[in-house]
Amino acid sequence: MTIKKFIPVLLLAGTVALTSCKSNVPDAEVKSKVEAVVTPGVTVDVKDGVVTLNGSVNSDADKAAVEAAVKALDAKEGVKSVTNNITVAAPPPVTPAPEINTVDADLQAKVVDATKDFPTVQTSVKDGIITVTGEIEKAKVTKLKQSLDNLKPKKTDMSALKVK
Amino acid sequence: MSLQDKYKALIEAANSGVSELRIGESEGVLHIQGTAPTADVKNRLWDIYGSIDPNFLTGDVVMDVDVAGAVEGSKVEVVTESSNLNIRKGPGTDQPIVGKAAKGEVITLVSKANDQWWLVRTNDGEEGYSYAQYLNPLG
Repeated sequence: MTIKKFIPVLLLAGTVALTSCKSNVPDAEVKSKVEAVVTPGVTVDVKDGVVTLNGSVNSDADKAAVEAAVKALDAKEGVKSVTNNITVAAPPPVTPAPEINTVDADLQAKVVDATKDFPTVQTSVKDGIITVTGEIEKAKVTKLKQSLDNLKPKKTDMSALKVK
Repeated sequence: MSLQDKYKALIEAANSGVSELRIGESEGVLHIQGTAPTADVKNRLWDIYGSIDPNFLTGDVVMDVDVAGAVEGSKVEVVTESSNLNIRKGPGTDQPIVGKAAKGEVITLVSKANDQWWLVRTNDGEEGYSYAQYLNPLG
């Protein structure tokens, strides 16, 4: 009778460690073993071999990896089961990439307006690049560059522009 | 030298003074976008940029920094080189001129048609579109 009762308990208790009849590992010891395998930011509680994980990690993959690492300790080391209460922190906000206008027709139309007050310069637009030629007074060059950069082109090429 | 190194001073100034900052490198060009709190901050960025790349001849930066405070109903100053600012019927230089504003005049921003063209109203009540590059928001 005693043995009959004992068999299902044994089967339930150990999935891998059939050899361990009984877990006598103190909770404090289990705790320190588990703490050695979890990532920083995760806290560990152990009660009667039941491990509860709390805290926060950066991704679902990290959460699963921590749980797997703890489960790998198995019953031999006193871990009966694992309750995973780890939360996944929201990812840090991604800095949005700068906007770039590569629609030549749109850029071309806007370049006409932007260079209206710079009659001594000529412009062409191709593949999102504004190429500026001609000549300009030194005092106006920043304003011209600002006006063209404001259109968010891929590049404002003024290398052929003669600055007087 | 990488672009980030070459324009380190500019990037640092942008990081400390510009909100909604977007900085990224694309096909050998460093793009800097954002909103400066004042026209002074924006001008300082352009001074730094101009000191690193005189006359912007290298073309390895595209910087589009606007000035905060340009909200509907706020005042903007006309910052043309010397001439009067044209006020047009619609947003485009092909549109007929319906009014003028003098250099240094403070007028009202009614709304923004887009990044380039703003609907403005002069103190005489003339209303129309002007090129935003010639309007300085008074925060």
